Amino acid sequence: MTQHLYRFFPQLKDQEIVVRAGSVAEILSAINELAPGFTDYVLNEHGALRRHVNICINDSIVIDKIRLTDRVPDDATLYIFQSLSGG
Amino acid sequence: MSDMLILGTRKGTVIFDRKGSNWQPRPIAHPGVPVCYATRDARDGTLWASLDHGHWGPKLSRSKDDGRTWEDITSLKYPKGARYIVKYLPTPDFNPEAPSAQPEYADATVLKIWNIAFGNADQPGRVYAGTIPGGLFVSDDGGDTWQLNRPLWNHHSRGGDLFAGDATSENQWNGTPASIDYGVFEPGIHSIVVNPSNPLHMYVAVSTAGVIETKDGGQTWEGRNRGMTNDYMPNPESDWGHDPHFVTSSKEQPNHLWQQNHCGVFYSSDAAKSWKKVSMPELGVNFGFPIAADAKDGRTAWVVPANADSERMAIDGKLFVARTTDGGQTWQTFRKGLPQKNAYDIVYRHGFDVSGDYLCFGTTTGNVYLSEDRGETWQSLGSNFPPVYSVRFG
Repeated sequence: MTQHLYRFFPQLKDQEIVVRAGSVAEILSAINELAPGFTDYVLNEHGALRRHVNICINDSIVIDKIRLTDRVPDDATLYIFQSLSGG
Repeated sequence: MSDMLILGTRKGTVIFDRKGSNWQPRPIAHPGVPVCYATRDARDGTLWASLDHGHWGPKLSRSKDDGRTWEDITSLKYPKGARYIVKYLPTPDFNPEAPSAQPEYADATVLKIWNIAFGNADQPGRVYAGTIPGGLFVSDDGGDTWQLNRPLWNHHSRGGDLFAGDATSENQWNGTPASIDYGVFEPGIHSIVVNPSNPLHMYVAVSTAGVIETKDGGQTWEGRNRGMTNDYMPNPESDWGHDPHFVTSSKEQPNHLWQQNHCGVFYSSDAAKSWKKVSMPELGVNFGFPIAADAKDGRTAWVVPANADSERMAIDGKLFVARTTDGGQTWQTFRKGLPQKNAYDIVYRHGFDVSGDYLCFGTTTGNVYLSEDRGETWQSLGSNFPPVYSVRFG
C-alpha cells in the first residue's frame, strides 16, 4: 500500500498482510481489524472509495468503487494507491 | 491577553508562544498536511486542528497535552440517510428562466471541517463543527462522538426533511466556491457564534445562504438576513442567497454582531434582527474576508480589506487594517508596520483574531503580522510561513 498510510498506521509498515480471500470491502475490513480506523482513511462514511484513492487487484483497477464488491481471488494481491498532486 | 497563537496553514499547524515581548514559533505540527482551521478550547486547554487531507478525508486532530502529541478523530461522519439537493455551479449556458428540473439528491459525506467552536463554561465537552456540505455537528464528550444537528440539516430553506423523503420546499442554499476543490458546488458552515451568556442561543453563517439563528439550543432555526444585501442577485434583499464571509460577535456584548460579507461590511446591534451596511468604499472598507470584534465594546471591530471579488488582493499593493469604534459610522485605517508597496496579500476568513489589545492576521502569501496596540501599529512575526488559513489566539 502507499507508504503515506504508514504515517497514520505505523503498525502496518513493511508488513506483508495476508488475509482471507473475499470482496475488496472484506479485505479492507480485515485490515481495519489489524489497524483500527484504517477504513476511515480509505473509504468515506458510506463505504465508497475516497476520490483520490485507487485500488488494484493484481494489475487491474477495481470496477466497483462504491460498494467494493469486486472479488479478490486466492493468492491475488491487493494494492492501495493514492494520487499525487499539489505543491 | 493571550500567550499563544495558533495558525492553521497549508503545511501544518504553527503555534507561537509569547515569552515577554517575543512570539516564538514551535516546530510545525501536522507537517505537510493542510490545516484549514486550528484553535484552542479555553475551557480545558485542548488544542484542535481540522486536517484537510486531500486523499484520506478530513479529520479532526486533538491535543490534550498542549501540542506535544496529537490524535486524529475519525468519528465525525454523516449518518445514513443524510441527503441534500445537489447544486451545480452555474455555467455560461445556465438559464435562470428555465423551468426547474427535478431535484437531484446525493448522500452527504464530510468534505471539509471548516470551523470548530466550543460551548460555554457550564457545558463541559460541548464542541461544534461546521462542514462542507453544510452540516453542523455537535459533540458533548469533547469530540469523541458527534451528532448532526438535524433541524438545521432538515431546514425548510434546504428542501425539508430529506431523511424522511423527498423535498417539500425549495433548496435556497447555494454552493460556496470553497467546495469546488472537492468536485462539488455545495454550501459550507464557516462561522459558529455561541452566545457566551446563553448556551441555547447561537448563530451559524453559511456560504452561500446567510445567517441562521437558534434560541432553543438548535431545535429550531430562523434566517437572520434582514438588511443584508447581495448585489449579485436579481433581488438584493432576498431572504437567502447571501454570502457572509465571516460572522462574529462581541463576547461581552453578544447582541453586537459583525460580518464581512461578499458585498460589504455589515453590523447588527440588535442580535441580528437587522443588519446595516457600514462599508466605506472611499477608504477601501468594503470587500474582504475576515472581521474581528472587540470583546468588551460591541461597536468596535477591525477588518483587513481587499480590493474586490474580482481582484482578491491588497488594494494598490498596500496592506492595511481598518478599525471602527462607533458601529461602523466611521473607520480609521492603520498602515504602520505593514507593507505599502508590492503587497498582494489576502487574508482568509479565519485568518484574523483579536485578544484584548492584541490583533494578529496571517495571509496567503505567508506573512504574519501582530499588533499590540489595538491595530494601530504592526510588527511582522515572519514572512516565510505557508499560506495561512486561520489565526486564533489561544
